[in-house]
Amino acid sequence: MSKYYLNYLDELESEAIYILREVWAQFENPVILFSGGKDSILVTHLAQKAFYPSKIPFPLMHVDTGHNFPETIQFRDDLVKELGVELLVGSVQEAIDDGRVAEEKGKNATRNTLQITTLLDAIEKNKVDCAIGGGRRDEEKARAKERFFSHRDDFGQWDPKNQRPELWNILNGKHFEGEHFRAFPISNWTEMDVWNYILRENIAIPSLYLAHQRDVVWRSNSWIPVSEFLKLDAGEKVENKKIRFRTLGDITITGGLESDADTLEKIVAEVSAMKQTERGNRTDDKRSESAMEDRKRQGYF
Amino acid sequence: MAIDNNQLLRFTTAGSVDDGKSTLIGRLLYDSKAIFEDQLEAVTVTSKRKGHEGVDLALFTDGLRDEREQGITIDVAYRYFTTPKRKFIIADTPGHIQYTRNMVTGASTANAALILIDARHGVIEQTKRHAFIASLLQIPHVIVCVNKMDLVKYDETVYNNIVSQFEEFSSKLYVKDVRFLPMSALDGDNVVNRSTNMNWFQGAPLLHTLETLHISSDVNKIDARFPVQTVLRPQRDGFIDYRGYAGRIASGIFRPGDDIVVMPSGFNSKVKTIDTDKGTLEEAFAPMSVSITLEDDIDVSRGDMIVKLNNQAKAVQEFDAMICWFNNKAARPRAKYTIVHTSNEQKAMIKNVVYKIDINTYSRIENDKELTMNDISRVTIKTTRPIMADEYRDNRITGSFILIDDATHETLAAGMIV
Repeated sequence: MSKYYLNYLDELESEAIYILREVWAQFENPVILFSGGKDSILVTHLAQKAFYPSKIPFPLMHVDTGHNFPETIQFRDDLVKELGVELLVGSVQEAIDDGRVAEEKGKNATRNTLQITTLLDAIEKNKVDCAIGGGRRDEEKARAKERFFSHRDDFGQWDPKNQRPELWNILNGKHFEGEHFRAFPISNWTEMDVWNYILRENIAIPSLYLAHQRDVVWRSNSWIPVSEFLKLDAGEKVENKKIRFRTLGDITITGGLESDADTLEKIVAEVSAMKQTERGNRTDDKRSESAMEDRKRQGYF
Repeated sequence: MAIDNNQLLRFTTAGSVDDGKSTLIGRLLYDSKAIFEDQLEAVTVTSKRKGHEGVDLALFTDGLRDEREQGITIDVAYRYFTTPKRKFIIADTPGHIQYTRNMVTGASTANAALILIDARHGVIEQTKRHAFIASLLQIPHVIVCVNKMDLVKYDETVYNNIVSQFEEFSSKLYVKDVRFLPMSALDGDNVVNRSTNMNWFQGAPLLHTLETLHISSDVNKIDARFPVQTVLRPQRDGFIDYRGYAGRIASGIFRPGDDIVVMPSGFNSKVKTIDTDKGTLEEAFAPMSVSITLEDDIDVSRGDMIVKLNNQAKAVQEFDAMICWFNNKAARPRAKYTIVHTSNEQKAMIKNVVYKIDINTYSRIENDKELTMNDISRVTIKTTRPIMADEYRDNRITGSFILIDDATHETLAAGMIV
């Protein structure tokens, strides 16, 4: 006799597929926000399932800071080709060149906040009415408040204190022209769930997540990769370490950790024993207690 | 970790600022090791700055800046933890501002509700509100946590009195499974670990209860209902004639060969295949997301519902429902709204307010027909076209709906069909 209940990964998968199909049914012009990180790869994988045997019926959109890991771009291009979907790119460099945003100054300068303008520009230019993201509620305290369907006003802003209630599995994606929605199909997944699922489904991920030798610099309690964008401070020295990345963002702010985990199995084992949160290595979140909330209000991912 | 067969349990916590709800959640997260070192460090620093002794567990549930500043919860927040037995999702709902809206939202998907009572105060108005909402939303399991037992010297009599108070007023409610627990969230008594201060209590601690609640029957497995979300027509090699109806099974079980009816059109057919990207299935059950193909080429689209020939939903255009009003803007008599019921969207109007409920006394108010923020009432609703409904008591998915304001697109109300 079979059991008539789902295990938790199957239930999370089913919920995410349901949300992706609702996006397709309720919006004219959705896109998947694709960063090349594991969460957006997971969302893309779930979209494949949701629409099988059709191909994913919307494009991937990448907000390109110009400060990329080359591996991420390669991975992105290969995936787009394999899926046969369109790729839209919003370029932070272009926004800087056009003078719409100004590069931050100083040692800790990043293009993280600058992405907001590019993201909102790309949404407007492509007439996107729903941008699907890989945000998870366990990541950060402001994200814990997110809806599956999250409204953004004419200016792309989020008003966390005035959100539409989401009851049962009924999603209200109604909006006026110029407004848009963010949809978060993997809201209820934790970092551990993501890795367990990637292992179970054997989903391809960029090699950066696996332990590898790399030139790095010790800064802000993590190993920052050496790249053309990194300015060394006096006293900082380049070392070659076996590291892996737990999250992937802009190459200038994503810190790696020393690790021997070079298979998915080993990553799952390593992550389950982690004592620090995932975003602990992200300098973008360390700026203040409400760094994420402030960026999100303005229209961040 | 062997996690393959672990289930997901969603529970909601209702409580007011002072009854220790945040401390309880902090305690569950902390004792189940869902707190990371950097979070602990941040909370330790804040606790010190605020002049608290030790670590203030309640700070783990802080969210938005305004909430930190005011020391209150404004909106539902979701928390996660996993034990070797289950994955848990907590809908942490505030008990004061917009309480109906938040509690109803958290309750709508919950398998279990934790209702907190401060042992010093016993059953208060808010306890009654929480219990009423748990009953209205048909949360299958209710766990009444009598908290702060340390402040009443772990006195069994105090606990027993509160249990009988609760049982007395809740006899008017419809809750299937109620359990009681004495605890001290602050000290961790009966949260994860068994209390050594209350040997008179024979039951299991909270976490063990949550890990072992029987939740497989929480989903209706009898009435097969499949609301169609969208139609998949790949039109590519190997799938030229493929026409699959994509959706998430709301309840019941479907198998290839089942005699089905498409509602509301009434066309009959048989299930041909049930498909996923991993292949076809011998059977599929709620809450699985699948796509279904039929033997016959009939017209099916979003908003339709596939049901079994011998067990159909009711196609209704006028029906009674309990609704919770969420908006500052009061309901206008005979005003038109958009109703969303499963994937089906129609225009609707509130034809009549039958009565309002005083959720502190559970009595009916028949002479006041105005629906304002936080009101719960029984109404008669009329729709432009039929919706395929079951009673909420039998089916939380096909028995529920929301009303949307066409002028603002806000979700105005949640409804449960009676």
